[in-house]
Amino acid sequence: MSSNSVSGKRELRPHVPRNFTRVIVICLVLLGLCAAASLVLGSRLVGIHELLDGLFRQDVDSYGANVVRKRISRTVFSLMCGGALGVSGALMQSVTRNPIADPSILGVNTGASLFVVCGIAFLNISTANEYIWLALAGAAITAVFVFGVGSVGRGGATPIKLVLAGAATTAALSSLVTAIMIPRSYVMDQFRFWQVGSVGSASWSAIATFVPFLIIGVLIAIITAPALNALALGDEVATGQGVRTGTLRLIAALAGVLLCGAATALAGPIGFIGLLSTHVIRLILGPDLRFVIPMSAISGAIILTISDILGRLLGSPGELEVGVVTAFIGAPILIILAMKSKVRSL
Amino acid sequence: MKPTHIFQAEQVIAGHDHKTVIKGVSLVIPSNKISVIIGANGCGKSTLLKTLARLIKPASGTITLDGRSIGKIPPKQLARILGLLPQSPVVPEGISVADLVGRGRFPHQSWLSGWTKKDTEAVAEAMRIMDITELANHNIDELSGGQRQRVWIAMALAQQTDILFLDEPTTFLDITYQIEILDLLTDLNRKYGTTIVMVLHDINLSARYADHIFALYQGELLAEGEPSKVITSTLVKDIFGLDCTVIKDPVSGSPLVLPKGRHHVSGLND
Repeated sequence: MSSNSVSGKRELRPHVPRNFTRVIVICLVLLGLCAAASLVLGSRLVGIHELLDGLFRQDVDSYGANVVRKRISRTVFSLMCGGALGVSGALMQSVTRNPIADPSILGVNTGASLFVVCGIAFLNISTANEYIWLALAGAAITAVFVFGVGSVGRGGATPIKLVLAGAATTAALSSLVTAIMIPRSYVMDQFRFWQVGSVGSASWSAIATFVPFLIIGVLIAIITAPALNALALGDEVATGQGVRTGTLRLIAALAGVLLCGAATALAGPIGFIGLLSTHVIRLILGPDLRFVIPMSAISGAIILTISDILGRLLGSPGELEVGVVTAFIGAPILIILAMKSKVRSL
Repeated sequence: MKPTHIFQAEQVIAGHDHKTVIKGVSLVIPSNKISVIIGANGCGKSTLLKTLARLIKPASGTITLDGRSIGKIPPKQLARILGLLPQSPVVPEGISVADLVGRGRFPHQSWLSGWTKKDTEAVAEAMRIMDITELANHNIDELSGGQRQRVWIAMALAQQTDILFLDEPTTFLDITYQIEILDLLTDLNRKYGTTIVMVLHDINLSARYADHIFALYQGELLAEGEPSKVITSTLVKDIFGLDCTVIKDPVSGSPLVLPKGRHHVSGLND
């Protein structure tokens, strides 16, 4: 790739960011390191032999090897979940043309968890398969509600109004979740993690349930990326370029809800991943969504996995749920973004 | 030269927020010419442009391109013939000039084909026409208002449409840049035959740069035709409610409107 940008004679290739190859290599290496660290680090540190035994030698039955085996599903799930939340964040930011749209800020994953908690409390639901549908319904209804409330009045769905609507909805829905859980100790005991979000309890069957949603959601996101690029220039420019803006918004929002709802169904409401992952990528690669969307999946996976490792290290000998960690990292970043005048509208 | 198109509106009624703004307008856009829609604030000139450019769906009436209703032409196909630059497009943060101009290629690309040599050529040509080639790697945020507007027009040009709609392309620009933009658009029309339809605020610049004027008053087409025939003191009184004298512009030969206010009208005694 040419790098003589200073002379201004760079070949006109507006389609690939200059540093793209470098960024993708660095991201993939980081992803691998994270996955390895997630297998090794935790309240019990495993050695290299135990790691290899756990990964490749099913016949070895040492404690260390078993710890590694238990951490494999957790790692796979946290990578997938982070990826889903990253792409979901990128989609919601594009659909609302709002840089601080994130499933957690818009209340979408709180809506999903309310539905799941209701299912557990009133319908005796207990498998990942059933959670997913409830979570998706909850996510979709909350998304429609928040966008509806945020669009009332002058100027349509402005960033500030959406965030306020999301915050109010989140507060109301989380108190409902609490109200349903507190008198029912069985719900509380079994699904404590719903309130904070955790990737620790993921089983392989839950992961298998998650995979189709992840694939469909990410595929839709990648396919709609060029049209979402047009939408980023405003509805009028997008219409002028031949985009059916209403249809596009609906499809992209559905994919966003699908990804976030499925992730929430299995992990509980994990916040800020969509926000963090996309902004890191935008900062490095610029605003082209054809790159931002897939790379947000990778950065989301990295950030969520690092957060999970941090939670395990900080909470040792027990663990701190990943939702707590991401909230601690994400909240200050959100404040910085809100203060930066440039990102008030995308 | 761009091909000739028949773009016409018949009995179009349109508006927004349950308010009728355009009250039955019929017109034919002169092909390969520069048309300017003029009128007072709130007369619906912007709404008319948006309706013609399919941003607003008319409540009734038909808008056709070469005999086909624009609502029935697949949007991407239509976008290869009819381009549009709205008044306030959104700038994605951190985008470079070349990237933004490249966004104009969207209607020509399919998901499978990706970026082609044709796209690169179209972007290079659009940047050359708008004289922004040296700015290619600059960030949009670094540019002046005039440069920025040239970048947006270049994006619309990269779309390579035969017809181009522009909503007040010179608003908020210094007079120097207004002239620069209008000169570049005229170049575009003269060299390539691009049909240009725009809304302009300044009646004298409209008279100078338009081949054809559409004068709008309260959502109806009051007059249309060559500036020298249409722009008269009577018309200005009718659409703007302003007393004036119209003389021949000593620079361009087009009509020049000299408003008569309550003050500074001593020259009338001469």
